[in-house]
Amino acid sequence: MNYFDQSLSSIHKQLVNKEISAKDLTQQTLDNIKAVDGDINAFITVDDEGALKTAADVDAKGIDADNVLSGMPIAIKDNMVTKGLKTTAASKILENFKPIYDATAVDKLNKLGTITVGKTNMDEFAMGGSTENSAFKITHNPWDTTKVPGGSSGGSAAAVASGEVIAALGSDTGGSIRQPASFNGVVGMKPTYGRVSRWGLIAFGSSLDQIGPITRNVADNATIMNAIAGHDKHDLTSSTKEVPDFTSTLNKGVKGLKIGIPTEFMAQGLDDDIKQTVLDTAETFKKLGATVEEVSLPHTKYGVAAYYIISSSEASSNLQRFDGIRYGRRAKDIKDLEDLYVKSRSEGFGDEVKRRIMLGTFSLSAGFYDAYFKKAAQVRTLMINDFTNVFKDYDLILAPTAPTPAYGIGEDVSDPMTMYMNDVLTLPVNLAGLPGMSIPAGFSKGLPVGVQLIGRPYDELTVYQAGNAFEQETDFAKQTPKMGGNN
Amino acid sequence: MNFETTIGLEVHVELKTNSKIFSPSPVEFGDEPNSNTNVIDWGYPGVLPTTNKGVVHDGIMAGLALHAQIERHPHFDRKNYFYPDNPKAYQITQSETPIAHDGWVEIDVDGKKKKIGIAEMHIEEDAGKNSHASEYSYVDLNRQGTPLIEIVSKPDISSPDEAYAYLEQLRQVIQFTGVSDVKMEEGSMRVDVNISVRPVGQKEYGVKTELKNLNSFNYVKKGLAFEEQRHQRVLMSGGKISQETRRFDETTGQTILMRTKEGSDDYRYFPEPDLPVLNISQEWIDSIEKELPEPPAKRRERYVNELGITDYDAMVITQTKEMSDFFDKMIAAGADAKLAANYLQGDVNAYMNDNQVELQDTKITPEHLATMIKLISDGTISSKMAKKVFKAITNGEEPKKFVEDKGMVQLSDPAKLQPIVDEVVAANPQSVEDFHNGKDRAIGFLVGQIMKQTHGKANPQVINKMLKDSMSK
Repeated sequence: MNYFDQSLSSIHKQLVNKEISAKDLTQQTLDNIKAVDGDINAFITVDDEGALKTAADVDAKGIDADNVLSGMPIAIKDNMVTKGLKTTAASKILENFKPIYDATAVDKLNKLGTITVGKTNMDEFAMGGSTENSAFKITHNPWDTTKVPGGSSGGSAAAVASGEVIAALGSDTGGSIRQPASFNGVVGMKPTYGRVSRWGLIAFGSSLDQIGPITRNVADNATIMNAIAGHDKHDLTSSTKEVPDFTSTLNKGVKGLKIGIPTEFMAQGLDDDIKQTVLDTAETFKKLGATVEEVSLPHTKYGVAAYYIISSSEASSNLQRFDGIRYGRRAKDIKDLEDLYVKSRSEGFGDEVKRRIMLGTFSLSAGFYDAYFKKAAQVRTLMINDFTNVFKDYDLILAPTAPTPAYGIGEDVSDPMTMYMNDVLTLPVNLAGLPGMSIPAGFSKGLPVGVQLIGRPYDELTVYQAGNAFEQETDFAKQTPKMGGNN
Repeated sequence: MNFETTIGLEVHVELKTNSKIFSPSPVEFGDEPNSNTNVIDWGYPGVLPTTNKGVVHDGIMAGLALHAQIERHPHFDRKNYFYPDNPKAYQITQSETPIAHDGWVEIDVDGKKKKIGIAEMHIEEDAGKNSHASEYSYVDLNRQGTPLIEIVSKPDISSPDEAYAYLEQLRQVIQFTGVSDVKMEEGSMRVDVNISVRPVGQKEYGVKTELKNLNSFNYVKKGLAFEEQRHQRVLMSGGKISQETRRFDETTGQTILMRTKEGSDDYRYFPEPDLPVLNISQEWIDSIEKELPEPPAKRRERYVNELGITDYDAMVITQTKEMSDFFDKMIAAGADAKLAANYLQGDVNAYMNDNQVELQDTKITPEHLATMIKLISDGTISSKMAKKVFKAITNGEEPKKFVEDKGMVQLSDPAKLQPIVDEVVAANPQSVEDFHNGKDRAIGFLVGQIMKQTHGKANPQVINKMLKDSMSK
């Protein structure tokens, strides 16, 4: 069985009716991975033994009929710590790291009876948009294995798109959930900054990082959001705002909603097919009763610069703890303390991580701080104001998720600037801390294309509501890649 | 050439909270290395700090005690540097928006009063400790995350004596708020100083040197005095002071070069993204202000003006809040202020020193000591008897009961003493004659005889007077 025709609720019914046990379901997931992952490489670690044991425990306790996630196998991006299960952030510096605690998002899922089948591949420390920056393996796009799956949550998106698992957690600092969701034809939600606890997420850009679900459809996504959202006393940046039932308005439709398309997002080197996909999506929303108009986010052009300065600055500080002293890789044959630091970090970090550490260190240095970090923080405020202004009159923003569909493996890595520009459409959402979801909305030369729906702060409800209305009206989310025995 | 000296002090004070500033680990010292730590203290992947509200409270309290402005929306900053005792490789501190700024303390050097400005006071976390053995170095993170306040003076201090007085005042003011033990010897107060010297009239400050390894206020004073002299000597001979960090050598009383500073370290400060900006309400500040105990300077004024004790006594009693509170309770229990002050500085202090205990850790209560003093004042016991009573008090015994149980009550009733006086006078005619011949010592002998007969219970002042009256008849 693969999960192409399944939703969380349909599997849940089978579990409740005892048509299938959690253990059988988990075994099937592991079999899926065995059958497909040789071509996809979505996983860094597959935990057969642990997953089957957890599944047996869930079966012994009995499936909870009121809890859709009870006994559900899922995958976790490898930058969320999992107790006793290797967590590498796709970096050599954490090659053999087995954490002693669970990330809050993982813990919440565990408590609801989900079964972690494995940890998915990603760009090292979530730095990248193709998963090619993993220290361990290249993940392939299930729609065309010569293409990248996007990133940094490329493993999670590919695992869901290939039917290996029904759902996965990703993390999004500048587009790392939405862009791979777009490349893989799946649904990826980056919640409002503060909606999901970051406790246990190995930090990249602390003021930007958010954990979110990657699923085959909007309803499943909202179901998982229900499980992971909420205040956490371990994370003071997590919001104490009440968490609504994200599935409660899925069928409310979009009649009367005002949707804006930012002019600036439609201009910048956008692939024609992508542009057409957004316009087609707009037509669908209009047909469903929404109004769609052009809006302006005038500071968008400064986004890439501001984002790379802020995220790299925070990363340069966050990654200092990987110094070879307490955990992770320690270099051998060292002369003194400085040598230990330099060698451990030189051996442990990949090129892209080193590049960003240097960029961030520079941006924070005395004499450059005002011109770089501080200026970027000011730009960020202007970009937030841009969104605030638009949301005075509009309920949602519709935009392309990525400027192109999935590109070829090896095409982009040699030129970091091209790679950075790919994030231009997603990172403003992180800088402004808004909820943004990529949904499948079309195809370009056989490759899926997503669009993103951006909501007001803490208004994931409207995002899900509109996403589901579109999904019900179209059949893009039902398309599956021709691979893994699915012909 | 005449010179003027400018001294700056950075004082770190450890706050006495139960748990650490950004983690729930206990603040305890002397335990097994790394036993009072958790994933946050280790800088483990994925962890986040949470701010201990008690630390913010104590920071506000210390700031108010230093007459400083409280910053209503302070944030934390990261100070980045690599060192094994600093597991995140950054310290969470405050750089842009210290929780308090622009305060002062008033010092008194040889009767001259002067306000010393405080530029800023911020809250931050302490680092762990490294120790070194032959083959390995070890890291103990028990201290990692201990809350600190750092108090930075304005360049108002112009002599080593003023620096000493400033530290003494600072220690007292903080000690009285109860937020810290402020003990140099235990490391709960640490002092870094810098000093520069310039010719009188020169606008810009001279080149600074910094001093480390200062383990007492006295060493601060001695180290600064040595540096002041050295700077002057160098400048007089046309030389140049170079910006450097020096160590004070306690045995020689000299300072020794540790390292020269070429440019300044770059700590790449930036706002801590893991912690939201603090929102300190005026109501909270007001309520903390109400909690503030009466400061030592106010207490000294009250002791001298209202209770009539000397400046010196008032100063000694206000060394610690515990001593001062104890004194106030004795007065409330009816003790004579002068006697209370004497006992605190005498017997009580000696007892604390002999037993190496703090006042609050003894069994002596202000009520007991006040009762004992009242017994002395009303003549029930002699000051000699009081020695025994004091000993009993240190064992927690109630002095009145002790005196009664031991039958120690002093004989002061003239009706009861008269027969004994008469008997002793009659039995010692020689002494009576000596007395009449002006030999004052004779009366001492007679008092001794009466003491012998009464087993030391007779009130010496009463019998002295009775003897004189009897023999003058």
